[in-house]
Amino acid sequence: MNLITSRYFPWVFLVAVAVLPLMFASDYKLFQFTMVVVYAIAVLGLNLLTGYNGQVSLGNGAFYAIGAYVTAIMMDKWDIPYWATIPFSAVICAGVGFLIGLPALRLGGMYLALTTFALAVATPQLLKYKLFDDYTGGVQGIVINKPDAPFGLPLNPDQWLYLFALTVGAILFILATNLVRGRIGRAMRAIRDQPLAAEAMGIDIAMFKTRTFALSAMFTGIAGSLGAITIQFVAPDAFGVPLSLTFFVGMVVGGGASIGGAIMGALFIQFIPNIADEISKAAPGAVYGLILIAFMFLLPGGLASLIRILKRKPA
Amino acid sequence: MKRRSLLATAGAALASAPLSRAFAATVVGVTATEIKIGNIMPYSGPASAYGAIGRGHVAFFKRVNEQGGIAGRKINLITLDDGYAPPKTVEQARRLVEQDQVAFLFNPLGTPNNSAIQKYMNQKKVPHIFLSTGADKWGDPEHFPWTMGWQPSYRTEAQIYAKYIMKNAPNAKVAVLYQNDDFGKDYLIGLKDGFGAHYSKYVLKEFSFEVTDATIDSQAVSMQATGADTIVTAATPKFAAQMIRKVYDMSWKPLHFLTNVSASVGAVITPAGVEKAVGIITSAYAKDPTDSTWDKDAGMNEWRAFMKQYLPEADVTDGGYVFSYGACTTLVQVLKQCGDDFSRENIMKQAASLKNLVIPTLLPGVTINTSATNYHPIRQMQLSKWNGKTWELFGELIEGTGA
Repeated sequence: MNLITSRYFPWVFLVAVAVLPLMFASDYKLFQFTMVVVYAIAVLGLNLLTGYNGQVSLGNGAFYAIGAYVTAIMMDKWDIPYWATIPFSAVICAGVGFLIGLPALRLGGMYLALTTFALAVATPQLLKYKLFDDYTGGVQGIVINKPDAPFGLPLNPDQWLYLFALTVGAILFILATNLVRGRIGRAMRAIRDQPLAAEAMGIDIAMFKTRTFALSAMFTGIAGSLGAITIQFVAPDAFGVPLSLTFFVGMVVGGGASIGGAIMGALFIQFIPNIADEISKAAPGAVYGLILIAFMFLLPGGLASLIRILKRKPA
Repeated sequence: MKRRSLLATAGAALASAPLSRAFAATVVGVTATEIKIGNIMPYSGPASAYGAIGRGHVAFFKRVNEQGGIAGRKINLITLDDGYAPPKTVEQARRLVEQDQVAFLFNPLGTPNNSAIQKYMNQKKVPHIFLSTGADKWGDPEHFPWTMGWQPSYRTEAQIYAKYIMKNAPNAKVAVLYQNDDFGKDYLIGLKDGFGAHYSKYVLKEFSFEVTDATIDSQAVSMQATGADTIVTAATPKFAAQMIRKVYDMSWKPLHFLTNVSASVGAVITPAGVEKAVGIITSAYAKDPTDSTWDKDAGMNEWRAFMKQYLPEADVTDGGYVFSYGACTTLVQVLKQCGDDFSRENIMKQAASLKNLVIPTLLPGVTINTSATNYHPIRQMQLSKWNGKTWELFGELIEGTGA
């Protein structure tokens, strides 16, 4: 209990998750953990936008898709190394996010949710569009190669990829933590809770909203890049509406407006479908739904609220 | 004796196969008492209706085990859910290969899903056989020697329509409606194969649509305007039903070829209107469980007896179970041909040496043939016409062109 509430906990946690799986986990498990890191970044991206800033997005899968495709195309067509594609995908996704944030300014609540939902619906088709066929590989998608560990490190590709994703993830999580703790984070939350009061205090709402959109898109896009490298395959039909909804589930289950919640949400969306499949082959979807409902009943504040409850109790 | 002669045939057929010598034998997932097989199905998600196929597999191998297994070994089929999401397919394939250590993957479902794992399976040199998808690309032994399809590909089906048109309607003017994805494009390629140099003489124009479009009405109108008298519709059920209705409502009476993906009476013909679909031609390779022609058929009786005993609650009009039965029967033959050598190399080799295999649920005359250069197990189909009540088979079996 003391450990969990200690301020050093995040660092202990980070070192533990970096070292322990490398020592004990099989390649397959490492692959799963890599996907947890990827999803955690994506959920964090959505959380910044929806949890902290109150702009509901059901279309973040589109940014994930753009990130994935930027990486896949650069690796496949121009032989650019995987790590070098990530800054490009971050910048491109941030740009697209900013542009989408502009019309989003005029829309609130359900209307914004619906607009972003339309984005998620449109993504697979745009990726299939004939004009881009030469680059995107059309419906066939793109297969990419898995990177080896650099500098002759004694790691196999799965181990290296896990460490790489974890490093990128850690940087983004630290960035997000600092951001939401400071002035910007307060402004984001103020806009979510009391936009009028926020404006009266001199917060430039339009600027904050569009930049939060850009930031969210950037995080999600980086997750997409890492996801593409991990899965080694991108295809339009992998980036439909279900993906966006998965991120949304991860955010709500993990806990809105919580950094640590993103990790727990990612664990949920990665592992619960497997558990549901173990329980019933006849209707794993129904089992998943039941687990989801149970979670919402028992922990309406998301998994992150569990830690808050633990913290509140004197040790 | 029997096994020896089988092996001899197989050996002779494959003496020149590259697989036979290039690698040392790897036996994974097979012990003296068990053969471990992996399978991935969309038990949840948008394609969960296909989960029936996986449940069919489980029941089928339960029967195999009750009857003593294969070569004294029980079949342990591990089937996992991917929710039809390619990233999940990769995860499940890795689990089956790396953690569960299966001998091979059998019949994973879905074109994007199998695309996502094809490279991995071939890098790992794990057989990836009899896939549950009709894409044509699974028959590419040169580049992917560890991957093999099963059902006739969409491309083969389109070749067959082209062959029929050239023979029976040499003056036809054809318009094509295709879905803008892997599935639709395979049809286009198949028609091009089939018509060959005469493609531009026959086909006036191609029209495409997106699977997320609301309707194909405008395409139908434009197709009529081309003056075509024959149409080929490569569309999934919802759009196929719209097409049938629209063509009828425009009082247009073209010769209409419809992909067998959308030949379902329940999902397409009834919603479109049974009278509006009269005269439409599709093709089949397996027996339809709802067709009374097969009421006394020995093969289908075998299947019905199996269903009654092992899947008593299941819907026997669901073609997924017939499909499963056929694919599983094919696999059993492969495993029998393996003799006592269950190395991955030999399993793949035997999958590629099936000769005139007859499957009880396939149409009479349809046989399964594979070789080191032919990874398309089923290549024959028969046309059938909707008579207002049921699909009626007619004409001879037609075989696709090319290998």
